[in-house]
Amino acid sequence: MRQHWIYGAAIAATAVLLQACTTPAEAPKKAVAPAPASPSAPAGAPTAEIEKYRAMIADGNPADLYEMAGEELWKKKMGPMNASLEKCDLGMGPGVIKGAYAVLPKYFKDTNKVQDLESRIVTCMERLQGFDSKEIIKGTFGRGQRKDVEAIVAYVVADSKGMTIKVSTKHPKEKEMFELGKKSFFYQAGPMDFSCASCHADPGKRIRLQDLPNLTEQKGASLGWGAWPAYRVSSGTFWTMQYRLNDCYRQQRFPEPIYISDDTIAVSMYMAVMANGGKMAAPGLKR
Amino acid sequence: MNNKYLITAVTLLALPIGSALADAKFDKMMKDSFQANGIATLDRLNQDAAQKYCSDPATLAGKGDPKRAEAIQKANMATIKQPASGKYIGDWKTGERVAQSGRGATWTDKPEAANGGGCYNCHQINKAEVSYGNIGPSLWNYGKLRGYGQEVVTYTWNRINNSKAYNVCSNMPRFGHFNLLTEKQMQDVMALLLDPNSPVNQ
Repeated sequence: MRQHWIYGAAIAATAVLLQACTTPAEAPKKAVAPAPASPSAPAGAPTAEIEKYRAMIADGNPADLYEMAGEELWKKKMGPMNASLEKCDLGMGPGVIKGAYAVLPKYFKDTNKVQDLESRIVTCMERLQGFDSKEIIKGTFGRGQRKDVEAIVAYVVADSKGMTIKVSTKHPKEKEMFELGKKSFFYQAGPMDFSCASCHADPGKRIRLQDLPNLTEQKGASLGWGAWPAYRVSSGTFWTMQYRLNDCYRQQRFPEPIYISDDTIAVSMYMAVMANGGKMAAPGLKR
Repeated sequence: MNNKYLITAVTLLALPIGSALADAKFDKMMKDSFQANGIATLDRLNQDAAQKYCSDPATLAGKGDPKRAEAIQKANMATIKQPASGKYIGDWKTGERVAQSGRGATWTDKPEAANGGGCYNCHQINKAEVSYGNIGPSLWNYGKLRGYGQEVVTYTWNRINNSKAYNVCSNMPRFGHFNLLTEKQMQDVMALLLDPNSPVNQ
């Protein structure tokens, strides 16, 4: 109970502080993951202040609450088949969670597809528990079965924290997904001519005060890919990578990406492979 | 010997076929991965010449065909409309509001709501605003540094309307070309940059 109160206070305080630092104007471009302020940022500069505050509250990341809920959901018998997810194979064998996120997305023989964590969890919910994947795909972030997926994501991701990102491109389908993702990353379209690369292909760039990682090189990609999923203070919710990408595309002025569609997995694959060798720091804490 | 020629011929033939297949696969992936939502309809995925040209990482790295770039820039230049009234400079106070707002054109925006220019997202403009991005150059003292002559005025008008008329892979949205801003809004943003009384030019 006391812990909940502390989380609440931390969230409120962060919201107030960060609201003061940002403006109501929306950044029009994709911000997959804001990198920490560059070391060259002068002390007292607004970006440095935000970074200081992030470090201060990092101890009490409300993503913990999602992790706890996710663990319960993982073990609970649910769905038309009244089964738990404890036999779900995330790529390291049935039920193995430790380190699974650090090597995703990857190719799965049983679906003959490259899958990210969320599409894989949905596969398990369908095959082990009997849920209808179409319903989850049609759903909304933060609601219904998709909310359960998000909590399970938090639980799984936390068990790869601190591990080295090591995503394979050995299988031809993995290599192909990487190439498709790269192409999508550079695909310019829409009324503002944006692609992911418009904002994420150069070092040291910002939208307003928000640092933009260069996702086309290892350092920036590991900062970006390695920090998500994250608890997002400005919205007070836990954002999975699918959620993050959905909002990227919204601000890119694209049509809406379908949940766990191939494009979202391909772009994830591109970022993850570029991040290889970096540290998985998620679940993170973001503006 | 003959075999060698055959292998070379097959390889040369296979390369373009392979890339055509990859293109078809990519197009299908894009088509299957998005859905229309509100004003963000699926036709937004269709690329015009500039978008297509600038989606190639090699082009962005400076290895694009300069003739192609020039042709696309020329075509974009030809679309720019000068203000019907001949008035280029509006009200800088309203222009500041347009520059501040980054709203518009997403699937959560209503069609009737006014768009913003989102200028501060990428540019420093009035120094009083410390929350600015750095994807574009600083516009502080824009008119003071360049002067207020017709040449500067026309160039600035054109650049806001269709930045790709000057730099085919410019990161700046084509505010006039895609009707992101109205003529009046663009006149007001012009004033923010080019009215000698604007705080930008103090």
